[in-house]
Amino acid sequence: MKKISAIDDLKKAGEKGLKSLFPDGVKIVVGMATSGIAAGADKVYAALNEEIKKRKLSYILAKTGSMGMDFIEPLVDVIEKDKPRLSYGKMTPAKVPQLIDQIIKGNIDNIKPIYRIDEEDVIITNEQYQYLKGKVPEYLKDVPKISELPFYKKQVKIVTRNCGIIDPENIEEYIARGGYFALQKALRTMTSDAIVEDVIRSGLRGRGGGGFPAGKKWQSCRSAQGDIKYVICNGDEGDPGAYMDRSVMEGDPHSVIEGMIIGAYAIGAQEGYIYVRNEYPLAVANLAQAIEEARSHGLLGKNIFDTNFNFDIKISKGAGAFVCGESTALMASLEGKAGEPRAKYIHTVEHGLWDRPSNLNNVETWVNVPVIITRGGKWFSAIGVPHSTGTKVFSLVGKINNIGLVEVPMGIPLKDIVYDIGGGIPSGKQFKAVQTGGPSGGAIPAAMINLPVDFDSLWEAGSMMGSGGMIVMDENTCMVDLARYFIEFLVSESCGKCTPCREGVRRMNDILHDICAGKGRQGDVEILESMAKGIKDGSLCALGGSAPNPVLSTIKYFRQEYDAHIQKKCCPAGVCRALIRYEISAKKCTGCGVCAKKCPTECISGEKKKAHKINQKKCIKCGVCLESCKFDAITVK
Amino acid sequence: MVNLIIDGKTITANKGAMVLEVARAAGIDIPTLCAHESVSRSGACRLCVVEVKRGNRTKIVTSCLYPVEEGIAVETKNERVLNVRRLVLELLLARNPESEVIADLAKKLGVTPQPRFTLDKDKGKCILCRSCVRVCEEVVGVSAIGLSCRGSDKTVGPPYSEKSDVCIGCGACAFICPTGHIEMETTEDKRIIWGRTFKMKSCDVCGRYFAPVDQLKYISKITGVPLKELAICTDCR
Amino acid sequence: MKRASDIEVKTKEIVKKHGRDKSSLIAVLQDIQEQYNYLPKDALATVNEEMEIPASRIYEVATFYNSFSLNPRGRYLVEVCAGTACHVQGASRLMDKLQRDLEIECGETTKDNMFSLEEVRCLGCCSLAPVVRIGGDIHPYLTQDKIPKILGNYRKQG
Repeated sequence: MKKISAIDDLKKAGEKGLKSLFPDGVKIVVGMATSGIAAGADKVYAALNEEIKKRKLSYILAKTGSMGMDFIEPLVDVIEKDKPRLSYGKMTPAKVPQLIDQIIKGNIDNIKPIYRIDEEDVIITNEQYQYLKGKVPEYLKDVPKISELPFYKKQVKIVTRNCGIIDPENIEEYIARGGYFALQKALRTMTSDAIVEDVIRSGLRGRGGGGFPAGKKWQSCRSAQGDIKYVICNGDEGDPGAYMDRSVMEGDPHSVIEGMIIGAYAIGAQEGYIYVRNEYPLAVANLAQAIEEARSHGLLGKNIFDTNFNFDIKISKGAGAFVCGESTALMASLEGKAGEPRAKYIHTVEHGLWDRPSNLNNVETWVNVPVIITRGGKWFSAIGVPHSTGTKVFSLVGKINNIGLVEVPMGIPLKDIVYDIGGGIPSGKQFKAVQTGGPSGGAIPAAMINLPVDFDSLWEAGSMMGSGGMIVMDENTCMVDLARYFIEFLVSESCGKCTPCREGVRRMNDILHDICAGKGRQGDVEILESMAKGIKDGSLCALGGSAPNPVLSTIKYFRQEYDAHIQKKCCPAGVCRALIRYEISAKKCTGCGVCAKKCPTECISGEKKKAHKINQKKCIKCGVCLESCKFDAITVK
Repeated sequence: MVNLIIDGKTITANKGAMVLEVARAAGIDIPTLCAHESVSRSGACRLCVVEVKRGNRTKIVTSCLYPVEEGIAVETKNERVLNVRRLVLELLLARNPESEVIADLAKKLGVTPQPRFTLDKDKGKCILCRSCVRVCEEVVGVSAIGLSCRGSDKTVGPPYSEKSDVCIGCGACAFICPTGHIEMETTEDKRIIWGRTFKMKSCDVCGRYFAPVDQLKYISKITGVPLKELAICTDCR
Repeated sequence: MKRASDIEVKTKEIVKKHGRDKSSLIAVLQDIQEQYNYLPKDALATVNEEMEIPASRIYEVATFYNSFSLNPRGRYLVEVCAGTACHVQGASRLMDKLQRDLEIECGETTKDNMFSLEEVRCLGCCSLAPVVRIGGDIHPYLTQDKIPKILGNYRKQG
């Protein structure tokens, strides 16, 4: 393994990587991120492998991360010399022989690709790599270009620049797309001060949720007293529904490493830690492999790029505690202790891990760094809006057609994300709200659909950016139940150290439970609001401090739902089990008896071929009848 | 030296001192539950909160852990601060309805129980101030008891709630506990604490039972002083 | 008695692998958990001796984090994803169904030690919601009626 210690070494490695990305023969790439595997990509990969062997083809079979289009996974890409890259969605092992057939024959008669990629942007080098050379083959003319797809049109891929394109286990492919050139530039041509200044100039704000200016944090850590300093990557993505960081750690682990090495050099740290939640085994594995690769190429360890700078990274796995996403709790966990936060009156940049100056940033923050260094902070600051520069990766999930990972410039109107990129609400249902910021955030109602998505606008609307989870809700989502869901989550995740969170959030949970169970009392909303202020002010950390947010924001925008639950004992969205009834429509029921057979409490009765009836006293509202009725005869009231 | 304002009073304090001590020294009362002079601060109970104004930013902090800073203005009893204290006591009244200490403190600060909170029956008088854990770790040095679990399941005690064989029966935890939650029963020649019975040593001079044998053995081990030299009670020394 | 010393030997190996420094405690416990599917008391006693960390501190860490269990877990861990996307797609109904079918509450293990039922947040497979993970296998778009067959398959595997 030739060590990379000069720019020429990088260029040579890059050339190898280019050959791998643009081979002479046929290359088939399968999206093998966790979401892809969950959709069956590993079985597709195995089937492809078998078929290629069976037909004695010399095709190259490779893996890649997530392109973001979860809703059509498993995704398989076919690369042929000088032809556009073709992407096939919802691939199954059964379709594999047909796919191979049409590659051999040179047509798309069996399976139509979802889109084609003629050229690819390389944002770090501001180049374009061409798949297509010459004219578009006739048979591919009707295949839409990726840039024309509504899902991709408004996206700007800085953080996810390599995800779904490179093999995460191939450092040369990373280098081929500009990887580690930023590190070379930083170490060989820039001073630490210059690097910090450029990050400040970029306006990059922490992507973990706090939005604190990253450059300012780096500067404080840099000037803190002490010879031993640490850089830490927070990969403890705990917000339910958020998996942006996971996708990057799986799909482009070197981008995290490179960002951290640059940061360490700027700050003066020699050791780095990546704290990854243990629920992300593939991310841990890919990061570990990438670290090994970086080490064997001399990009981690001693005298990086022939300078005096030494730096190495260790991975630490979380053990299942949402609170460890909080920086002081994370550091406690790194020290082998229970993940309890501590007061931050003395900042962690001065006294952090083992009481030493520590700079902690989220995965997404670190991944932006190599791009900022190569293109410049000024270039970065022109993307997005003035106080929220750059892009943000969101996991767009819930009641939305195009579920997946999207990266958009800050300031984009919410409307664009929900309708253009997301493709709107499925089944013709009404859009109700979007939830951002996870358990620390709030709901943005449909009426505010034009809200620009940036740090300050979200904050003013009563929510927050958070780490990037964006949950879309329709008319069948109960907002009171949603608030209860988040509070219940926080009750189980609270570390229990401070009174306002441990006791206060638990009491809020009791009241919300009562409301959803039809036992809400007049005055409950007022009690929740009054407790909220004390909990926000009095809690030791942001878990408790932001716990009331989902409650307050749903009260603010959906007060009528709370009133309905409390005063009328009714759940307008048809969700809260104690407040709904399942009823069989006598008109539609054919008396097939399927629901009665499946009912776990045997509460459905009726004669064969005659309308059946539900005994409300025995009904446990499990919903199995609704699931199994083929005649749409069961309604929720 | 640092100059700051507390409740409108201009005060000069030593650098590194906490707002709590500085306020109290100036005659300003701030209630506490989990702060004790013998152990490190944890900032867990949140009763000692104050509002600090620095520049044009205000924030609520626990005065026990906030070091004084030049030019800050501290308010110890404004609406925002009292609201937090009120909530903390309402919550503790519901958590520990049997605690006279909490009841008295609440009365003193004009806080009445919140009827919407159902009373806990299984928390005893423990407010999870963790002073007992800290004294056992920092002062005694055996860490016989500790915290376990998370959230409102959090409890204090020996591992597995079983007898601890490193406990020396000194009773420091019972002594430091602000609410008297920790039960310690000392009869003539026996002491029962955390489910374990300790044999007490009688003074070689006056014959009074004064300390557990295990405690003296431990002190002997860590100081090197022979056990028989420790077998004299404090009165007879 | 032989069993206890097996645990002791293995635990000592694990401590050696990660190093005696206190900061390795969580990594050590993770390996023990993976080895035995829970944290045996004897293993923790060995950790106390080998790493010189007070038993109360080890117990605090062992009970703080979700991934550790002081009681043996079932052969198959049934994890209902309770992430927000799965929640709005009806995850709580799946949990109820599993509780009914396995005859245990969430957090418990079946008498035959086959299944342990837990909630997990979040698996990050939101496009496949609602999701349940059993023995590491992801079951996407799960509906209540599919559950009996799926559980049956695992029972057959033994």
